[in-house]
This record gives sequence, C-alpha cells and structure tokens, in this order.
Amino acid sequence: MADKTYSAGVKEYRETYWMPEYTPKESDILACFKVIPQAGVPREEIAAAVAAESSTGTWTTVWTDLLTDLDHYKGRAYAIEDVPGDDEAFYAFIAYPIDLFEEGSMVNVLTSLVGNVFGFKALRALRLEDIRFPLAYVMTCGGPPNGIQVERDKMNKYGRPMLGCTIKPKLGLSAKNYGRACYEGLRGGLDFTKDDENVNSQPFMRWRDRFEFVQEATEKAQAETGEKKGHYLNVTAATPEEMYKRAEFAKEIGAPIIMHDYLTGGFCANTGLANWCRDNGMLLHIHRAMHAVMDRNPHHGIHFRVLTKCLRLSGGDHLHSGTVVGKLEGDREATLGWIDIMRDSFIKEDRSRGIFFDQDFGAMPGVMPVASGGIHVWHMPALVNIFGDDSVLQFGGGTLGHPWGNAAGAAANRVAVEACVQARNEGRELEKEGKDILNGAAKSSPELKMAMETWKEIKFEFDTVDKLDVAHK
Amino acid sequence: MSEMQDYKSSLSDVSSRKFETFSYLPEMTNEQIKAQVQYIVSKGWNPAIEHTEPANAFSSYWYMWKLPMFGETDVDRILAEAEAAHKAHPNNHVRLVGFDNFAQSQGASMVIFRGTPT
Repeated sequence: MADKTYSAGVKEYRETYWMPEYTPKESDILACFKVIPQAGVPREEIAAAVAAESSTGTWTTVWTDLLTDLDHYKGRAYAIEDVPGDDEAFYAFIAYPIDLFEEGSMVNVLTSLVGNVFGFKALRALRLEDIRFPLAYVMTCGGPPNGIQVERDKMNKYGRPMLGCTIKPKLGLSAKNYGRACYEGLRGGLDFTKDDENVNSQPFMRWRDRFEFVQEATEKAQAETGEKKGHYLNVTAATPEEMYKRAEFAKEIGAPIIMHDYLTGGFCANTGLANWCRDNGMLLHIHRAMHAVMDRNPHHGIHFRVLTKCLRLSGGDHLHSGTVVGKLEGDREATLGWIDIMRDSFIKEDRSRGIFFDQDFGAMPGVMPVASGGIHVWHMPALVNIFGDDSVLQFGGGTLGHPWGNAAGAAANRVAVEACVQARNEGRELEKEGKDILNGAAKSSPELKMAMETWKEIKFEFDTVDKLDVAHK
Repeated sequence: MSEMQDYKSSLSDVSSRKFETFSYLPEMTNEQIKAQVQYIVSKGWNPAIEHTEPANAFSSYWYMWKLPMFGETDVDRILAEAEAAHKAHPNNHVRLVGFDNFAQSQGASMVIFRGTPT
C-alpha cells in the first residue's frame, strides 16, 4: 500500500489492534481472555496489547511491517465485557485469522495464544478462558485415534459406563506384584486397570517387565470372566524415541490400550502418539498431570475447557475430567461444560457452564471422560447421573481398599454401577434414590454390602477454588 | 466387620464367565426385563435379538435372530421374539440389543435369557 509510510517509534496498541467494529469471520480462531491490567492502563489498550502480543505485534514499530499485509494477519481485539462479580478483571475477545496457525498443530496455536503475552509487564494477570476453533481448523487435526463408538465396539461395552482402577501404591511395587493387583481387579469385574501417571520406568519396576506381567494378568482375567479387559500401559517417556519403543512393544504383546500424559509429555509427543495409535488400532488413555498448575487459579493461566479442546484436537480416546464428587477440585456446572466439549459434535455457547463460544467439531470422534480421584461406591448414583454411559468411572482406593481385596472391591463397584444403570433405565431418580438402589443391590452382593459399610463416612466437602464467574461470588 | 470372604472365580468353573452389562446382577424378573425393553423403545433405538452358545460368547458376532425389529415399539412383541429365540435355543444366551443409529452404536445390550454354561 503506497499510502503507508514508515515512522519509527512506539505507537499505542489500540490504534492498530482494537477494532470494536470488527465482525469475526467463520474461519477466525477466537479467544476469550480474562485480563487484569496494571493500575491505570485502559481496558482497550491492554486488550489490544494482548491481541498484538499473541499475534503479529511487538512493542515498537518496525519497517518490515510495511512489507506485509498487516491488516490481513493481525489479531483483533473486538469486544470487552465485565466479569460478573469481579471489579478488577474484564474479558477481552480476540479474533485471529486462521492463516496465523500451522494446520493440525496445537503446539503452534498455544505458542501464540499463551506464549510471551502471559509475561507481558502491563498485565497483572491473564487467563485464557476459551478458544473457538473454526471447523476449517478442526478438519486439519487428527483428533481421537478411535473415539467413543469404536472403543465400545472393540471392548464390547454397551449401555453402561466402563469401570477402571488405578493401581496403588503409586510407586514401589515390583512388576509381578503389580500384575497381581491388576489381575485381581480385572477378574472381579473391572473393564480396565491403569498405570499411575508417575509410573514410567523406574529402577523398582522397568517398563518392559511391567508390560509383560500386566498383559498376562489381563489375558487370564479375560479368559476367566469371558469379558474384554485392558490395562492402560503408560508409555510416557523422557524422549519420543523411547515412547514409541514402548508403544510398539505394547502392540506386539497384544495390549488393547496405552496411556500418555499430554501436558508433561507435551503436545508434540501427544499428537505424534495419537497418530501412531490411529495407524496401529490402539486405544489411547490420556492423563493430565500438571493441569492444575495452569487451570486452578481463577485469574491466571489456561482454563481446563481450553486444555480439553486442545486434547480432543491433538488426539486421545480418554481424558480425565474430574469427578465433581470426589477428592479433587471441580465445579459441577463447569465440569458438565467440558464433558460436553469432550463428547459432543456441536457445543453451544453457554455462560452458565463457562462456555464462551459455539464450537463445531464436525465429524471428529468424541473423547471418553474419565472420572477418577477419591470416589467409592456411595458416589456411584451421582456419578452415573452426572457422566451418563459414555464415561469411565475409576475407583483406585475405592477398589483396592476393600477389606476383602481387589476382586471383591471390583465386584462391589460392578454390581453398584449395573444396579444404578438398571434403576435409571426404569426411570428412577438416581441422586434421590441412590441409597435405596445400593441397599437393594447389596442384598445379593456381600462384596457391595461390605464396601458400603467401609466407606459410608468418607466425604470430601471443601469449597471449589476455581468457580465460574457469577455475580453473587 | 463380617468375616473375610474368598472371591469365587476360576478358569475351571464355567459359572465364572460373565456376559457384560447386568451380568453381575441377579437374573431379572419379567417385569424388570419389560422395563428395560421400554427404555430401549423410549430412546427410539431399534431392538434386535441375538443368541450364542455360552462357550462362544466372547465373539463379537452372536447369531442374529431374524433381523433387527426396525421401528418396533410394542414391548410385548419385542419380548415375544426374544422368547421365540429362547425356545428355539434353550441352552443359549439370548441378548436384547438396542441399536442407536445416530451414535452408530448399541445404546443397550443385555442378556435376558441366560444359557447353560459349558
């Protein structure tokens, strides 16, 4: 454009990046940030600064700006809103043209959107609340390697949530003793057992030994019960080469499912592993260690609904979602919001669930939410009601802590989940009639009766730290 | 505390073999089965009947009894087909499936006549 001339110096961001008149395009990537500026910085200026620093801009004018079509490539702050119940913070809505991002790369999207901008001095705090990925971008991502429907067919599990159990103690068991704990849980009626996230390949139990013993345990439990079983073999490793080596071995011995920690392992490793799983017919369970570092502070970081969307696009068949009722943080409405983001094809904007944008996933398969952390049989009616059939309910202590051992603990949970599903299908209200339903089922299951006696006093009633933004907070 | 109980299950005992959803509960009464059929109908799923020798239950494919009853909403008629399959194969597991054609999956699958384990 010949009418633009170069003039060095510092310009206010809002002159270039604040565009309240802009109507976002269907192909734009949209982001909603919660912003707390330093004292005295106007909202428009800081919103524009966030748009600039997360897209094309830098702190000073540069002559090379004039070699490009900045108006095409820049991010635009197009709206500002008050945060209900919070006088310091405001929401800034920013639109980014789709060609700012490499196709199919969560790495690239996050490097821009939550990169340098989070350390920007004019901000006191910044939180990425939500991203809208246009369908055009969704179509460039691989997504879940199998998805809910394929997993059900492979595992032959229909019409009920699946049951899992994380093997404890987290660390220190030998491979053979570890396999024993898996075998007992699986033969008692679980569908899956799981490596704890910090089990990788430590001196007390190297990965190869664990894989072999656990696979033997899975196969024996399968033959004994006549039902399909699996154990999430954690292939998270220090390097991609090592990760793929473990994944290949899991496939070689016939394991149906492997596991990865997507935040500590990183999106590069995760997306690669998801592609490997798709090529090799392997289910992929995703753990989320480190998420609370990013998502628990209501003013700074990345909301879990964003991390959920990014995982669905990067690829994974299961993802931990929180339980609402167990020992770990999780607001009910917000959790229902990100469960929808995992499973549904189209998710409508719904501020009451913290969802800021419509999100269209097109034909991309869904991710199974995994409820895990401090849950036991008494939580079962609420869990079945909250999560529905397309979920994995995972009882670690709630299986292994049964006074008669893992098999009895597993059977107690299996009887409880089936009784709840039966009652729900009969039209009964699970959360109201939960006690009656469980008591009824315990009449024919001494294992369930014992579990109910053991855990009746345990509650986790602490207030949620990261609440949805509402006026009466 | 009640006394510790052994968990009875083994390769040699054929009664250890389970058959997925509801197989850890006692056999349902006719009324209870009816309620589950009603649930399938109320969801708009297409009912179907399948059966197998218990020894072959691990296979993805059981024998299909006729064709799925597309659009059938009469609970008694659905149950009559299940009973006919049971009568023809009294030693087999007979299961009721609800095909959810939108999810491309089975919304429900449950054995309603339990076969004789071998």
